[in-house]
Amino acid sequence: MANIDTINKDFADLFEQGKELLSNGSSDCMNKTREKAFVQFQELGVPTRVNENYKYTNLIPAFDHPYNVNLRYMEVDVDLNDIFQCDVPELDTNMVLLTNGWFYGNNKVLTELPEGVIVCGVQEAAQKYPDIFNAHYGKYAKPEEDGIVALNTALAKDGLFIYVPKGVVIDKPIQVVNLLRSDRDLMATQRNLFVIEENAQAKIIVCDHTLTHHKYLSNSVTEVNVAPNAVFDLYTLQNQHLNSVILNSIFIRQDKHSNVLTNTISLYGGTIRNNHHVLLDGEHCENNTYGMYLMDNKQHVDNFTSIDHSKPNCLSNEHFKGVMDGEATAAFAGRIYVRRDAQKTLAYQSNNNLLLSDDAQINTKPQLIIDADDVKCSHGATVGQMDEDALFYLRARGIDEKEARQMLMFAFAHEIIEKIRVEPLKDRIDALVDTRLRGEISKCNTCALACKN
Amino acid sequence: MLSIKNLHVSIDGKEILKGINLEIKPGEVHAIMGPNGAGKSTLASVLAGRDLYEVTEGEIIFQGKNLLDMAPEDRAKEGIFLGFQYPIEIPGVSTVNFMKTAVNEHRKHKGLDPLTASDFLRLMRDKKALVEIDSKLTNRSVNEGFSGGEKKKNEIFQMAMLEPKLAVLDETDSGLDIDALRIVANGVNKLKTAENSTIVITHYQRLLDYIIPDVVHVLFDGRIVKTAGKELALELEEKGYDWIKEENGK
Repeated sequence: MANIDTINKDFADLFEQGKELLSNGSSDCMNKTREKAFVQFQELGVPTRVNENYKYTNLIPAFDHPYNVNLRYMEVDVDLNDIFQCDVPELDTNMVLLTNGWFYGNNKVLTELPEGVIVCGVQEAAQKYPDIFNAHYGKYAKPEEDGIVALNTALAKDGLFIYVPKGVVIDKPIQVVNLLRSDRDLMATQRNLFVIEENAQAKIIVCDHTLTHHKYLSNSVTEVNVAPNAVFDLYTLQNQHLNSVILNSIFIRQDKHSNVLTNTISLYGGTIRNNHHVLLDGEHCENNTYGMYLMDNKQHVDNFTSIDHSKPNCLSNEHFKGVMDGEATAAFAGRIYVRRDAQKTLAYQSNNNLLLSDDAQINTKPQLIIDADDVKCSHGATVGQMDEDALFYLRARGIDEKEARQMLMFAFAHEIIEKIRVEPLKDRIDALVDTRLRGEISKCNTCALACKN
Repeated sequence: MLSIKNLHVSIDGKEILKGINLEIKPGEVHAIMGPNGAGKSTLASVLAGRDLYEVTEGEIIFQGKNLLDMAPEDRAKEGIFLGFQYPIEIPGVSTVNFMKTAVNEHRKHKGLDPLTASDFLRLMRDKKALVEIDSKLTNRSVNEGFSGGEKKKNEIFQMAMLEPKLAVLDETDSGLDIDALRIVANGVNKLKTAENSTIVITHYQRLLDYIIPDVVHVLFDGRIVKTAGKELALELEEKGYDWIKEENGK
C-alpha cells in the first residue's frame, strides 16, 4: 500500500504536469483560486486518521489507486438524455445531467425556468457571468481547513452553476443527476456553485448514479450563498456501488431571515464522506440539516457537520439517523459553534442509530462550542438495537417477524424522510428506503440506468 | 377451546408459574385474580408467545393445536389476542398502517383477499365507534403520546378489528377512570359472542361489575388456588388477599 506521501506527491505531479490543461478554459478567477488551493493542499495533503476530523474514515485505501483523471471535458458517445429517464411519478423537475463531474454538453435547454435564472456549467458561468461568479466562487468553501477541499479547488474544472435572481421563485425543483460513466477507473472532481439571491426560492435534488462498475472516487465541493429572505432546499440522494468513494463537501452561507433545508440520504455506496458546513451569517436564519444512512456489507459512511451560529437569533435543527447492518461502519460528528455575540441562539442536534448486527459500528460525537451566554442548545446521540417490546407488540397482532422488523426500521428512518418539502420526492424516497431496508438494492424500478451496484 | 395442563414457567431460572391447570370453553368469560407478583401477567404473556419466558413443563392446547410450538404472530392469526397491560408506543408506525397490515395478515391466514382501501376504512370507522375512540388518536402513530386510558381503549379497538376467538385482557382496568372503564368494558361486552371466550386478568373486582365472569380463579404464587363463580370476586374485594395467603401458608 502506498503511503500518504506518495499519494500527495502524485497529486503534486498531476498538478504541475497538468497545469496547462487545468488552466485552459478556466477563468482567471478560477485559476487564481486554484493556485492558492494547491499551495494549501501541499501543506495539508489528503487527510489521514491523525487528523481528528477524519479519525473514523481512512481515506488512504480510497486514494491509493491508479485512477484516470479527466482534466478536460470528454465527449460522451451516447445521448445521456435517452439513457436517463427518471420515472418518479409526479416528480416534475427541471433536469440537468452531469457526467463525471462535468456539465453534460448536450443537456436539454430548460425552457420552463423563470426569467433570469441561470443553470449551466461552472466553466461557462465563469466566462459568461463573471460579475456573479467572481463574487461568490471560492468565497465559502474552506480549502485551508481540509485537504480534500483544497484538492477539489486545485483540480476544479467544471460542475454545476445555478443562479436564482432576486425575488424569483422556481416552482419546479431542479434535479441534478450526476452520472459516473467511464470505461476506466476514474477520479472525478466536481465543483458546484449555487447563488440564491434575496427573497428567491429554489429546491435542488441531487441524484448520484454510477453507470458502469468501475472504481470511482468522486470529490465534489458545493458552495451555496443564500441571500436575505431566500428559501433553499438541497436533497442529496447517494446511491452508488460498493466500489465507489464519495467525498461530498457542502458549504452553505446564509444571510438574515433565510431558510435552508438540506437532507442527505445515503442509500448505497462503498465509502461515503459528507462534510456539511453551514454559516449562519445574518440574524433570524433558520437552518435544517438532516441526513439518513442505511448501510450494510462493509459500507462506510461518515457525516461531518459544522453549524456556525455567528449572528444572534438564529435557529438550527440537525438530525441524522442511521440503520446499520452487516459489518458496516458509520461515524457522525456534529459541531455547533455559537459565537460570542450570537445570543438567543437555538441549536438542536441529534444522531440516532439502529444497529442490526453485532459487527456493525457507529462512532458518534456531538461537539458544542458555545461562547454566548443566552442560548438554548441541545444534543443527543443514541445507539440501540431493535425495540424487542415493540417487535412483540406487532407480532402479537399477527404481523410476522420479518414484516414487523421492517415496519420498525422504516418507522425509524421515516422521521428523516418526512422532513422533505417536495411531496412526490418524499413518496419516492419512502419507497426506495422501504426496498433498501428489505435488503434489496433500491433503484427506481423503471430507471433505464441499471446502475451497477 | 383452551386447555392448559401443568404449566410451569421460569424467567432467568426463577420459577413463576408452578403448575397451572385451566380449561376454557367457547363463550366463557374467566376472571383471573390475585395479588401482585402471583404470575397473572406471566400467564398472559406466555399465552401470547413472549419469548422472555421459558416453559419448563406442561402444555397449552388451543383449539386442538399445540400453542407452545407457534410464533406469536401465528397464535394471533389462530385467534389469540393479548390486551397489553402496558401497550407499547411505536413512533413512526401509523395506527392505520399497523391495523391494515394486521387485518390483512389475518385475512391471508383465512384464505381471504386483502381488504380494499375503502372496505378497510369502513371497518375502521365501525370499530372506532364501538370503543368510542377518537379519529385523532387512530390518525397518529401507534399509542404515541396517548394517555393511559386512550392506550387501553386502543387495545380494545384493535381487538374489535381482529375479532379474536380468545381475548386475554391483562389488567385492562388499571389506571382507568370510571368512564373509561365503562367504555372499555362495554366494548368488550359488545364483542362477546357465544363462540368466543375471554380471560380477564385483574387485581380488583370493579371491572367484573361490567364484564360478568362465568368463572373466577385466584392465582397465587404460581398456582390456581381457588376457583368459583362470580361471587368469589366480591369476597376477594371485601376481604383482600391476606386470607388466601394464610390458607396457602405464606
